[in-house]
Amino acid sequence: MSLKSKLRATAFAALPIAAMSLAAIGTPALAEVESKDPIKLTLHDWTGQFVTTRIMGSVLKKAGYNIEYVQADYIAQFAGLQSGDLHIAMEIWETTGREAMDKATKTGKVENVGETGMKAIEEWWFPSYMKEKCPGLPDWKALNKCAKEFSTPETAPKGRYLGGPVTWGGFDDERAEALGLDFEVVHAGTDAALFAELESAYQRKAPILLWIYAPHWAPSKYKGEWVEFPKYSAACYADAKVGVNKDAKYDCGKPRGPIWKVAWAGLKKKWPGAHAAMKKFNIGNDEMGAMVGAVDLDGKKVEAVVAEWMKKNESRWKEWLK
Amino acid sequence: MAMTSKPSPIWQRPMFQLWSVAFVVAVLVQQFAKPYAAWAFKFPRGWQTRLRYHISDFSDWLLNDATFGLFTFTEMTRAMAWLMNIPYSGVKSLLATGLLQGQGSDAIQLLPPLSWVAVVFIVGALGYYARGWKLAVLAAGCFTYLALFGQWQGAMITLSSIIIAVPFGILAGLFLGLGAHRWPLFAKIISPVLDIMQTVPVFAYLVPILVFFGFSPISAIIATIIYATPPMVRITIMALGQVPSELSDLGNMVGCTPRQKTWKVMIPSAKENLMVGVNQVIMLSLNMVIIASMIGAGGLGFTVLAALRRLDIGAGLEAGFAIVVLAIALDRLSQGFAQRGEQSQLQSEKTTLFKRYPYTSVSLVVVIITGVIGLFWGVMQAWPEAWFITTGKSANEAMKYINIHYYDLLEGIKTSLLLNIMIPTKRFLLSLPWPVVIGFLGLAGYTLKGWRLSLLCMVLAGFILITGQWQKAMVTVYLCGISVIIAALIGIPIGIMASTRDRLWNGTKVVIDTLQTMPSLAYLMPVVMLFRVGDFTAMIAIIAYAITPAIRYTAVGLRQVDPQLIEAGVVSGCTPWQILTKIKLKLAIPQIMLGINQTVMLALSMLVITALVGTRDLGQEVYIGLTKADIGRGMVAGLSIAFIAIITDRLITAGSDRIKQRLGLSS
Repeated sequence: MSLKSKLRATAFAALPIAAMSLAAIGTPALAEVESKDPIKLTLHDWTGQFVTTRIMGSVLKKAGYNIEYVQADYIAQFAGLQSGDLHIAMEIWETTGREAMDKATKTGKVENVGETGMKAIEEWWFPSYMKEKCPGLPDWKALNKCAKEFSTPETAPKGRYLGGPVTWGGFDDERAEALGLDFEVVHAGTDAALFAELESAYQRKAPILLWIYAPHWAPSKYKGEWVEFPKYSAACYADAKVGVNKDAKYDCGKPRGPIWKVAWAGLKKKWPGAHAAMKKFNIGNDEMGAMVGAVDLDGKKVEAVVAEWMKKNESRWKEWLK
Repeated sequence: MAMTSKPSPIWQRPMFQLWSVAFVVAVLVQQFAKPYAAWAFKFPRGWQTRLRYHISDFSDWLLNDATFGLFTFTEMTRAMAWLMNIPYSGVKSLLATGLLQGQGSDAIQLLPPLSWVAVVFIVGALGYYARGWKLAVLAAGCFTYLALFGQWQGAMITLSSIIIAVPFGILAGLFLGLGAHRWPLFAKIISPVLDIMQTVPVFAYLVPILVFFGFSPISAIIATIIYATPPMVRITIMALGQVPSELSDLGNMVGCTPRQKTWKVMIPSAKENLMVGVNQVIMLSLNMVIIASMIGAGGLGFTVLAALRRLDIGAGLEAGFAIVVLAIALDRLSQGFAQRGEQSQLQSEKTTLFKRYPYTSVSLVVVIITGVIGLFWGVMQAWPEAWFITTGKSANEAMKYINIHYYDLLEGIKTSLLLNIMIPTKRFLLSLPWPVVIGFLGLAGYTLKGWRLSLLCMVLAGFILITGQWQKAMVTVYLCGISVIIAALIGIPIGIMASTRDRLWNGTKVVIDTLQTMPSLAYLMPVVMLFRVGDFTAMIAIIAYAITPAIRYTAVGLRQVDPQLIEAGVVSGCTPWQILTKIKLKLAIPQIMLGINQTVMLALSMLVITALVGTRDLGQEVYIGLTKADIGRGMVAGLSIAFIAIITDRLITAGSDRIKQRLGLSS
């Protein structure tokens, strides 16, 4: 306990220094805003989301709002968004977050503020060097001819496809079955594991076929392509008769869905200006991919990349604030 | 098991006959019953309970409707969170953020946080005060590592939540333990609750905690307290039970009130054991750092997570080591204070404030001086970023080298183990009909202890069955079972070797402390790169984490064997091998059994982490429950894990009790 008492004592002793450090305060924002309570934006654990969130945060800050970034789990955050502990979540992917988002919006305490402008792409992916071993790619019909090339001792003679964590959904087991692919679907537990396997295989130029999504740094770091499955349609997922296989659903590729912005339902009332700016927030896949690459591959800081974007796109974000 | 006295041939004993009959029946059922009784192999869906949904409904009700009249349940928990936030934000502003006025980005820093020089000095002074120069250098060195490697900010945020969580955990544990010591009925009620607190994975109750306590570091602190308190309760109960009855009688005779007896007699004399509990609370709290960072605690755990997302193995390991270093510093300091406490506390009659509190005063002076200098010369306040030391890309490069050159070799080892041992075991366990498994558990309980244990085992296994978790539970048993066997096969010999020499033992201790506090996520990704996603990778992760108690308890057990007995062995002409096998190992069996018990517990607690590399067991169920915010699903799977742990624990305890009796170690 003596540590604690000592620490407490120091806090009082250091008070005189307060006067000096006061001089170092930044200038407060000038604009009038509805409330000076901090607007809480959630940060998860991937770079793209840091960038979108910090852009939104910087824009709101320029408008004079008080903002705070809070570290939160992607799905667990909905509990906080419902109770009003958290206010803004910038990236909810159609493909992975839809279920949780719908459950939350149904309560009426969470609002879907619309699309970010980015489109989530998720599909089976292979590195370019596999084209030499399997010339028919990226057409999906070539997959069965080279199933052996993609096999491992555990799956042989079938090929091995590394899918995303089961929680991501995606119907890959069903897809392999419906399209008659000689592949065993293995699920990674997290996306870190997914990319660890890719990195390992890529270093050895070893065969690999796996679930890759964009926007992400991987498609810009590793050369490769997405497999071209029959084009997705809602009917293909809902109706067995539609598609290549007349008796099965999911005999097509995956949908490319929007990435949504989500907010606490009270945001609109408490900070109408911030809500309006969030609604107008819009950014494209390529723009995003470049920024993510600058951070993850070139080693720049997220804050620096965001500041650069803010400088270059001043007219654009000023429009959001009108 | 060694049979000592044999009154009758083994086949005439009733137990043996019972087991033989059971075995024959089991084989018959497994081989031939499938066409007649498919329900025994696959539990019909219609028989399953809807418990999962009831739990979800109940928590919805608690969240939205439960009320105590004046205020709702949620308002109560929110008020608790608000209360806890006061000391937390105090410590955090002191160590990490500085004294702030206002909130969010508008906040104004009134005072900078303690400078790194001041913190390093304070921990050094604490070390010197507790034990002397050696500890001072160790503690200060650990904290300097944090500054030089650029982990300072994260480490201070982590430290703030540890400083709040640990005293709460210790006090709560102490009072619960006291209660259990005084009222036997309370002890009976609390024992299964402790088991559940320790074995239900944190992921299972994370969502409800977030809902009730709000989205802030406070929720993370509460989860930490739930996870880290049980060992303190157990150790308190044990420590108070071991206080000699003469002392307790003495307390009564000199006319102590119950309160005086507790605080002046019992607790001081149990102090040494209680400090073991304190140490465990610290270690387990640091274990929670990664999970805490997922729900908003930030700090070092977050640094590890973010590094893994960009697959920067070097950065992940550096942050992981920062957690290890923090754990070692806090652990050694707490041990130092415990040993110092045993020395007599002399109250000196010195006059001036400075002389009475030399350490506090000197620390204060250092804090003020470095703080003032820090205002003008930034290096004193925070180690500049440009000077951070980092291993940079070398870890990643080393990984690449191993990957390219040794992958085929590793692949060969892995494949042969997988095809010859792991997959057949998994198939076998999955093919067992559930009535056979439950029957054998009941039989084992009956053989080792009696009807009560038998019934307990069967009821708990039945819960897993009727909630529809049987398949995943079997995969869990297979994965943990194999890992525990391998961990014991490697760990016990290492423990035996380490017990022979002091230096070797000290070195081993550092290694196992590191293994236990290094976040498994930090080394999981390199393992995935070498062995791909799947059961084998999961097994390696479990072994690495669960091997520590096998080593620790074996070594401690062997080192505690009465030297007179060994002397007697030497005198009567035993070879070293005979001394080891006939004397030392036999006498250390209770400790070794406890070590294996703990290995099982740690293996089960790793399940949630292994779900992250794609296993299909109960851990995955819990993880799905978390990511889908399905409270019921997570809790039911979490309870199933807890029940597997309880069954194993009770059976092993009963088994080791019997061995102890046979060896005459207890009455």
